[in-house]
Amino acid sequence: MPIQILMPALSPTMTEGKLARWLKAEGDKIKSGDVLAEIETDKATMEMEAADDGILGRILVPGGSEGVKVNTPIGLILAEGEDKSALEAAAAPVAATLPAEPVPVPVPVPAVVSPAPAAPQPQQKAYAGPTKRQTVREALRDAMAEEMRRDPNVFLLGEEVGQYQGAYKVSQGLLDEFGPKRVIDTPITEMGFAGLGVGAAFGGLRPIVEFMTFNFSMQAIDQIVNSASKTLYMSGGQQTCPIVFRGPNGAASRVAAQHSQCYASWYAHCPGMKVVAPWSGMDAKGLLKSAIRDPNPVIFLENEMMYGQSFDVPEDADFTLPIGLARIERAGGDVTITAFSRMVGVALEAAEALAKEGIEAEVINLLSLRPLDSAAIIESVKKTNRLVTVEEGWPFAGIGAEIAALVMDQAFDWLDAPVNRVAGEDVPMPYAANLEKLALPDVPKIVAAAKAVCYRGQK
Amino acid sequence: MATAKSTSSKGASKSPSTDLLKLYRDMLLIRRFEEKAGQLYGMGLIGGFCHLYIGQEAVVVGLTAATRPGDSFITSYRDHGHMLAAGMDPKGVMAELTGRVGGYSRGKGGSMHMFSREKGFFGGHGIVAAQVPLGTGLAFGHKYREDGGVCLCFLGDGAVNQGQVYESFNMAALWKLPVIYVIENNRYGMGTSVERASASSTELHRRGDAYGIPGIAVDGMDVLEVEKAGRKWIAHAREGKGPVVLEMKTYRYRGHSMSDPAKYRTKEEVSKVRAEHDPIDTLAKLILEGKAAGEDQLKEIDREVKEICTNASDFAQASPLPEAKELFTDILVGI
Repeated sequence: MPIQILMPALSPTMTEGKLARWLKAEGDKIKSGDVLAEIETDKATMEMEAADDGILGRILVPGGSEGVKVNTPIGLILAEGEDKSALEAAAAPVAATLPAEPVPVPVPVPAVVSPAPAAPQPQQKAYAGPTKRQTVREALRDAMAEEMRRDPNVFLLGEEVGQYQGAYKVSQGLLDEFGPKRVIDTPITEMGFAGLGVGAAFGGLRPIVEFMTFNFSMQAIDQIVNSASKTLYMSGGQQTCPIVFRGPNGAASRVAAQHSQCYASWYAHCPGMKVVAPWSGMDAKGLLKSAIRDPNPVIFLENEMMYGQSFDVPEDADFTLPIGLARIERAGGDVTITAFSRMVGVALEAAEALAKEGIEAEVINLLSLRPLDSAAIIESVKKTNRLVTVEEGWPFAGIGAEIAALVMDQAFDWLDAPVNRVAGEDVPMPYAANLEKLALPDVPKIVAAAKAVCYRGQK
Repeated sequence: MATAKSTSSKGASKSPSTDLLKLYRDMLLIRRFEEKAGQLYGMGLIGGFCHLYIGQEAVVVGLTAATRPGDSFITSYRDHGHMLAAGMDPKGVMAELTGRVGGYSRGKGGSMHMFSREKGFFGGHGIVAAQVPLGTGLAFGHKYREDGGVCLCFLGDGAVNQGQVYESFNMAALWKLPVIYVIENNRYGMGTSVERASASSTELHRRGDAYGIPGIAVDGMDVLEVEKAGRKWIAHAREGKGPVVLEMKTYRYRGHSMSDPAKYRTKEEVSKVRAEHDPIDTLAKLILEGKAAGEDQLKEIDREVKEICTNASDFAQASPLPEAKELFTDILVGI
């Protein structure tokens, strides 16, 4: 049976083209790879190569023909030893066809952001074991140390994490205990060491990559998003990437716009990774241990201003906090306030101020931004009927915007007031002390927002 | 690059374990596979981008012949040849090109994104030079685990001007990581020739000089030269002496991708390389002249390879599209 030469598509969008000229004549011997003809598309003239060996038996579409549809047979190749008489039957068009869709196109399921309301989800369990008073900084270090003792594949990589003992002293003592093989000082080379970490994770190790601050992760964001978070999907589930990217995030103090920014919504935007943001020492330790054990990429957003604050932290080396659950830090029936990282503390202060005015706020510590504990938020809003979201990041396309959409989607009929967002002002962070203060959420702003949704204006 | 060189002094220096017929077969498999892929693309069965490896076969085949099990491979998006050389199943690769469930990534990766941990192939990456830190990380893993493995990290001449390449060179040299940076210099980064992209020199093997990384230029159209260099320098990296840059001087016959009109070079340039330096023809001539095999044996290999590619093509067209539920799988482990 002679082989059909089909009019080729030479770009993803080409549907027809001009067969400009044949470079072989009927009867010519053809070798796979020989240029057979020139095809003109709307953009260019391209050469068409033979994919089979044989003899050009017949030209079906002559040179100079315009508007030749893709996949039209334009010639026939006779295989070695094949007779010319075989040509007659072979000229009928047998174009390639794409298979039919296997099943009807699905109704899009917004699987991640707004899962269907399920049975009440478990909250973070209360911890009843022994605790010790520790700073967030020490809790983070202990989390890493415990996991490094537990799993020899866990190692820490970043700028000044070893000999310098950490730019913010989070890794203090780790080099002494684990040595330079597992506590690795890198050059200042964010894209390089982030990518190196991802490659090591592909190979089966469990890196903890420290960014001195998340501001510098922008140098590495291609490796985080394109390499770390998408590869599991692009490999059909084959190539895992168990890695933690951690470091201080959000507003620092008096360092101006390039060193003072929240990346929560940037990373939470992307499927394929988890994004967590602890507030207390217990959060920091429990979530970091879970992040290190997680088989997925995890963005772990710390806060420089929290490092020195002390909390009661579980001592149990097996203590972890599951990723994906929020915690109600303060119960209340009048208004729900969501917050994460340092803003949890500010929201709690605001709640105390509100209580003095007779408003009982329920403060939810989100802990995890992706996946977001939507059930906890929805359940609370169904009780309070009012919601204020708090974040240091910019309002546009922020976490608060996402939560507002979630609540509109799943608890619209329970809302007694529009959702009110308290966010960082929509400006680069200023340096001057007074301007910086104005740019960030604070207790008065949260109080005012809560009173607004309760329709309790200033008297 | 000439045939004569291979048959005389260089050909004689080939390693005693070199299996000429296997090299011939492996290169031919890539050539025929890519021709078939080009054909399926022309029929609209392969979508999007499709970067063919035709012309460069000697690079990956010669180097792979110099590796051992446990070594790892990573490259960018002109990657089908690397997969086949690593021993991945042509059916699974072709079915991924057609976006079918029988593909290595179950149809969710396409031409540029395939992986086989079993074969030590870590992709298939779509962002130019992103694979360089990743490969450096694979090498870091070999050293960390002390498993004796070496990573072959392939990049094109277009990738060598990305900053992350030098971030990687620096770390690899600093920590003596077992990695071979294989610069496949096919003279054009898409439509920009090396001369138009490189400020100081077109000697890309010298790009590691500032880090003290040995850099060697190799005739990448001569599979025996490639294998010889591979054996020497992979051993160097395996012994803990640090990274190496191998610049493979090669050439791609086809466009950058399928939709490349190739206005940046003359037809004569392409034809001249094909006629005088084709890696497969060169090796065939060497085999016949050295009487390592006869015409009949080469024809038999030809037939076998063709059948593999036809079967791969049939499989890739018969394999069903992924089910709609696959849209929401493999986003996170355990979800």
